Amino acid sequence: MRRQSQQSRRWSDEKVEALMGKLLIAGVLLAAFIVLCGGARYLYMHGAAIPHYRMFRGSPSDLRSLDGILKDATARQGEGLIQLGILLLVATPITRVAFSIFAFVRQRDYLYVGLTLIVFTLLMYSFIGGLYNF
Amino acid sequence: MNTLEFTLLIGAGSFLAGFLGSLTGLGGGVVIVPLLTLVFGVDIRYAIGASLVSVIATSSGAAAAYVREGYSNIRIGMFLEIATTVGALVGAFLAGMFATSLIAVIFGLVLLYSAYLAAVPKHQSNDDEPPDRLATLLRLDGDYPTATGRERYHAHGIVGGFSLMFVAGVLSGLLGIGSGAVKVLAMDQIMRLPFKVSTTTSNFMIGVTAAASAGVYLSRGYIEPGLVMPVMLGVLAGSLLGARVLVSAPTKSLRLVFGSVIVLLGVEMILNGLTGNL
Repeated sequence: MRRQSQQSRRWSDEKVEALMGKLLIAGVLLAAFIVLCGGARYLYMHGAAIPHYRMFRGSPSDLRSLDGILKDATARQGEGLIQLGILLLVATPITRVAFSIFAFVRQRDYLYVGLTLIVFTLLMYSFIGGLYNF
Repeated sequence: MNTLEFTLLIGAGSFLAGFLGSLTGLGGGVVIVPLLTLVFGVDIRYAIGASLVSVIATSSGAAAAYVREGYSNIRIGMFLEIATTVGALVGAFLAGMFATSLIAVIFGLVLLYSAYLAAVPKHQSNDDEPPDRLATLLRLDGDYPTATGRERYHAHGIVGGFSLMFVAGVLSGLLGIGSGAVKVLAMDQIMRLPFKVSTTTSNFMIGVTAAASAGVYLSRGYIEPGLVMPVMLGVLAGSLLGARVLVSAPTKSLRLVFGSVIVLLGVEMILNGLTGNL
């Protein structure tokens, strides 16, 4: 914002890209860290059990909704934490798209504000729909 | 084999896949599903879920390197994202309806096609045609850094590129892959963008496309945390390392070896799908 004087009132594409790159890296690293913590706890609790991935039963229902994942994660259950990290990872590119809307507004590029809103709506439809199972 | 040993083995395999995928530029995500199903006997739906998550991680993780280079075109990416996200949602719904053996066969065919695309030589398209009207209207033309300064380029074949992007999205949602090869094909060959612009814009799009099907996968129970954890961390670590050693490695022979592995896995997937083993 500091250098947002007249001649750079519009954000340059390069500046937007650089910011978005940092956003993505931060999101991924944080997500990976949470998954790693959850994974360590999961292996500590269940490392000696026999894996069951040959047969598809679907992940437990509490690990398919936001409420269930948050409940499990705050109870410091490994699987809940891993799932929370995965949600954060999925949210990272969605946040990037949201940020693009903002950047296009700053650039007064309303055609692309509209196009990006379409993409954002589709992503949110899937993300929210997936979390609340409709 | 208990969960700890299983997790470590899958983590190591995923690391190798991510490392080779990023080193050769062929992408690691594409071998994760065959690795999990053929080698570790994992159900293909769990495998697809784990692969999709790892694709989001590598695409976003690689962004820093690409951003610095200044090649990717956000407008082209965002415009084409409409096609890929709709496609990804369609693909994710189809994944729930298709028999797993059919998914395995389609997967095998995509593997073979990716290997073929990687093998054919890239020709640098010469841009001496007049700008496309639709491209001008959508402001898709841009410029990118070359040895002689920034050079303008024009986008062509907008309708064709957009349609192929829809296909790329369907494949991504159906198979849990990034469909980078098809995305590059659409931009490089059909829209005739400079190759560097195509690959970096494709990388930008892969994460967004994959995120579109993630919600559907989650609600169907495809995202199994105990399995996703080693896959995601392994592929991410491997691909970050692969991107760093890119310069010094003998990439050409590695591409050949990794390409052959992809062909073999493709044939195996098709055979196992046809005999109903997957």
